[in-house]
Amino acid sequence: MTFLEGVVFFILTICFLLIIRIYVVIKSGSKYKPGTKGPVAVLIVAGSGGHTTEILRLMDSLASAYTPRHYVIADTDRISEEKICTFENSKLSNSESQFTICRIPRSREVHQSWSSSVVSTLNALRFSIPLVFKLRPDMVLCNGPGTCVPLCLAGLLLGILGMKKVLIVYVESICRVHSLSLTGKILYPISDYFFVQWSQLRDKYPKSIFLGRIV
Amino acid sequence: MKTVFVTVGTTSFDELIESITSSEGAQALKARGYERLVLQVGRGSLPAADSCPHIRMEAFQFKGSITEDIKQADLVISHAGAGSCLETLGAGKPLLVVINDKLMNNHQLELARQLHADSHVLYCTCSTLTATLMAMDLSVLQPFLPGQPKKFANFLDKALGVR
Repeated sequence: MTFLEGVVFFILTICFLLIIRIYVVIKSGSKYKPGTKGPVAVLIVAGSGGHTTEILRLMDSLASAYTPRHYVIADTDRISEEKICTFENSKLSNSESQFTICRIPRSREVHQSWSSSVVSTLNALRFSIPLVFKLRPDMVLCNGPGTCVPLCLAGLLLGILGMKKVLIVYVESICRVHSLSLTGKILYPISDYFFVQWSQLRDKYPKSIFLGRIV
Repeated sequence: MKTVFVTVGTTSFDELIESITSSEGAQALKARGYERLVLQVGRGSLPAADSCPHIRMEAFQFKGSITEDIKQADLVISHAGAGSCLETLGAGKPLLVVINDKLMNNHQLELARQLHADSHVLYCTCSTLTATLMAMDLSVLQPFLPGQPKKFANFLDKALGVR
């Protein structure tokens, strides 16, 4: 065996092991129950406009066991910040409210081209990885803004490195009846719980969870 | 006073505004008992104040919130945008969605088509707007029940072992 063949064989083995590792991490999601050990730390990816309103409605339904809550917003998004503060302050009355707001650069503007989306998503990863490694959430909850892809990838990385299993929970927008959004398509294979709100999508995507409309 | 609220969201949809303020459009509204027309025209142009003598008309481009306009309306005529459709249905108002056929294959149409298939909204294009207004029967519309985030919470509690 020449040296070159050896190198190629080595790289292929590493890739193979990595794929197996990713597979194992993703498959372990259904057995991972952080709620049995105490409060569940949640990282919530708020988007702009309708996304934030929808995800706050989901957060409103969750019990106080989901704490602390770390909201991630795009650094240019003032409206979401206001909405989050209003929501959290209204909760304050019944329990000690624990939440933080973190900002990262926007990963994908509407109408941005594919190639520049890739570049800005990579750029956002530089901010997402340190953030997720620092917060070490039990789950990431997101519903579609482009910002959630780098954050979910960072969560997956934490699992691959064996530091912590981070559950990825994705809720597809009610606007999607027959086809997934781009973010949905990317996160479908790596998410642990993938919710859709129309039965047509459940029929197309067997791994998805359909409970009727939830927002 | 029976009011119609027309909303085009953040874009412009001048063809809809022109159709509804045309004399046929306004006469159709009047024939159905509507006396006041409120227009949100977005980036489109505001119609001339005297363009529509048959009916009381008000128009604006944008507002912080159109919640109040929806609340005061007896009928909402909207573009196919998901935000406008869901807000109107959430307020329990009858909704006529007008499709911009120049924007076919827009994924926003997915939701509007499905809402129509499930009898939550009426659905037409600008060219059939007057005929639809004349013939429409709002009593066939089914209420659009609010989503149930509690189901999501229960599922997640069970999956994650939260007690």
